[in-house]
Amino acid sequence: MGRKGPGFAAAAVFLLAVAACGGGGGNTTQTDVGITSNSILLGNTIALSGPAAAYGTIANAENAYFTYVNNTQGGVNGRKIKFKILDDSYNPAQTVPLTHQLVEQDQVFAMFSGLGTQDQTSVRDYLNQKKVPQLFVATGATTFDKDFGTNGWTLGWQPPYQGEAHIYAKDVLANHPNAKIGVLYQNDDYGQDYLKGLTDQLGDKASMIVDKESYDVTAANPFAQLTALHAHNVDTLFLFSTPKPTIQSLAFITAGLHWEPTIYLNSVSNPQVYMGIAARSGAALKNVTSVAYIKDPTDPQWANDDGMKLYKTVIANCSTCNVLDGFNIYGVAVAYTMVDVLKQAGSDLTRANIIKIASSQLNETNPFLLPGVKVNTTSSDHFPIMQEQVITWNGKGWTLQGSLIDERGTIK
Amino acid sequence: MNRLRTAPPRYWLVVLAVVLFLGLPTVTSSFVASEWGQALTLAIAIMGLNILVGYSGQLSLGHGAFMALGAYISAILVHRYHVDFLVTIPIAAVATGLVGFLFGVPALRLSPLYLALATFALAVVSPSLIKRPAELTGGVQGILIPQPDPPPFAGDAFNAVTGTAMTSDQWIYYVILFCTLLLFWLAWNLGRRRPGRAMRAIRDGEVAAAASGVNVAGFKTLAFGISAFYAGTAGSLFGLSIGFISPDTFPVSLSIQLLVGAVIGGLASIPGPLLGAIFAYFLPIESNQWVPSQTWIPDQITSTVKNAGPAVSYGVVLILVMMFAPNGIVGLVKAGYVALNRRLRGAADRETGQLPPDPQTV
Repeated sequence: MGRKGPGFAAAAVFLLAVAACGGGGGNTTQTDVGITSNSILLGNTIALSGPAAAYGTIANAENAYFTYVNNTQGGVNGRKIKFKILDDSYNPAQTVPLTHQLVEQDQVFAMFSGLGTQDQTSVRDYLNQKKVPQLFVATGATTFDKDFGTNGWTLGWQPPYQGEAHIYAKDVLANHPNAKIGVLYQNDDYGQDYLKGLTDQLGDKASMIVDKESYDVTAANPFAQLTALHAHNVDTLFLFSTPKPTIQSLAFITAGLHWEPTIYLNSVSNPQVYMGIAARSGAALKNVTSVAYIKDPTDPQWANDDGMKLYKTVIANCSTCNVLDGFNIYGVAVAYTMVDVLKQAGSDLTRANIIKIASSQLNETNPFLLPGVKVNTTSSDHFPIMQEQVITWNGKGWTLQGSLIDERGTIK
Repeated sequence: MNRLRTAPPRYWLVVLAVVLFLGLPTVTSSFVASEWGQALTLAIAIMGLNILVGYSGQLSLGHGAFMALGAYISAILVHRYHVDFLVTIPIAAVATGLVGFLFGVPALRLSPLYLALATFALAVVSPSLIKRPAELTGGVQGILIPQPDPPPFAGDAFNAVTGTAMTSDQWIYYVILFCTLLLFWLAWNLGRRRPGRAMRAIRDGEVAAAASGVNVAGFKTLAFGISAFYAGTAGSLFGLSIGFISPDTFPVSLSIQLLVGAVIGGLASIPGPLLGAIFAYFLPIESNQWVPSQTWIPDQITSTVKNAGPAVSYGVVLILVMMFAPNGIVGLVKAGYVALNRRLRGAADRETGQLPPDPQTV
């Protein structure tokens, strides 16, 4: 066999030569990546599986809106929106390589509505370094809006968690001044952001918090933490948790602990359908308070509302989407803003122009948000949505209380 | 020259493989290079496992934990103390090797079944353990590792060959490739020298090995230490390549993935871990993308594969490999090569009119 040696060597040299030549014809210059004469490619990572899989439908709803725009308006200025969704299982260790894939291999124009505080934090430096817009992340962690100065390619959309927590703090002080507060929060930036907002707004009354317990994203359930909170004689419980642990908690409080605290529930788990699942699992759902800024598809008062009608038309484009799921109208609403930005950009479809419009020139009345809620950014204010309204659970659905509370300017 | 001429064909295969891996980043995109870089880090870890399982006959279900240790040592040194990443690789490797050695002292006195359980326990607790000292490890938030720019000499050389600027992913790929070659060469040397023979003797018969004067406990512990050294290097490089590590980067399933890779590639061989790693790394990625795109597969199966991800494809492939290639890919190729050689040689002998050698006289 030895005499075949030189042949192999020649083949090896040839391959090396091929290898050496192949690299020359790399990417040709393009005014901006991900835009062609008839398409705009957006990328997204979201939890289609794993502990936060309930959120997965958001991306499908967003895609439904893009399909609607492509079909009824021929896209944006003649360009159809293509939307590539990848499943990161709510695990930053997967978000990072998937985002690299979308940016470097699929060559997306921008990342849109990537979900998860931790997940989006883990790719923020990368996307900013690459100057790829990380637009309207599906997390309310305050940092995404607040730190626009240092991360100028990243912007949130929904009201910041700290602002929401401020509203709860005010509500507790007004309605339950002697409350013994217990907090269940997810042990990451998202949970801690809510906790910070609550503690900040309580100020010198922060000692009302008698116990706070955290759970890990990968934990099977938060039952041990709830038992500990119960043992500390908590009478007002804050749930800063994603849908799955929230449903587990609501059911366990009633069925496992026979406990009836006043409950404040973070908005990221409050769609009516999830409350319904909790009720069927045995949750009593007494004295539950949350906040809203989007129209609830299960609320009969929007039956003849134009925005709600449009939502129902749009969501018909998604065969797996439950029309009643509040996460779907969230997806459609944020996709509406994205299309709005693309329309405003007109023929100047560059990454820099997109981020400039999104961060400082938004002035939008979004038909899927509660009446009066504005999506608004200026050169000095990069928090797109800042108004929310308190809601309480009436046994079947949410009831809007009082009027819109504007937190704009409270977070610097 | 005579040595070159008489070199067996597998040496030329090694040269070919090295040339292919060296040339890869020049023909593919930077992203593909980083994927292959990560596959190579798995190859290093699997080689470590191969030394332990294949050569010395110990079972470990906890090598993911050693990878985590290596990765965190590097990441903490880079993040907190601003040490150059390249410097942290040997530090992480040696420290992890030391920990593996110490872990091996008590653990290897356990019988194989209990050793498997002890190492499995290590893999299960490590994500939770990492979360506790949150100031040091970043807790659940993990640590971002800035990717280093290529040094001028590498960038210039790459530019001279391809005409494009070298990205950090491509530079990291070459760093990983260098470590892989070095560690595979070390493993090859280890395998055919005294320690390797001692380990195999222990694997094949502990009592017999002890009777022949082999220090059984000593070599078992050594194998564990070396194995952890490899895993630590792999972890360190893995973190560098991804640019972010968190406790969930190193789940229990990673340890299983490594073992599956070692078995599929072929135990007690040098190319086995490389093939196993390519398999273990690309199988879940490809199956996740391939299965949903096939319309003939029923929707229910598609959604199961999508949700259970790698587990389903691993299961199927592992069963097939165990049925049809119990010695892994390398075993299959070897058996095929031997059979082919026999046929070709027989045919050649008939054509030249020479009689094949009489089997009884050989």
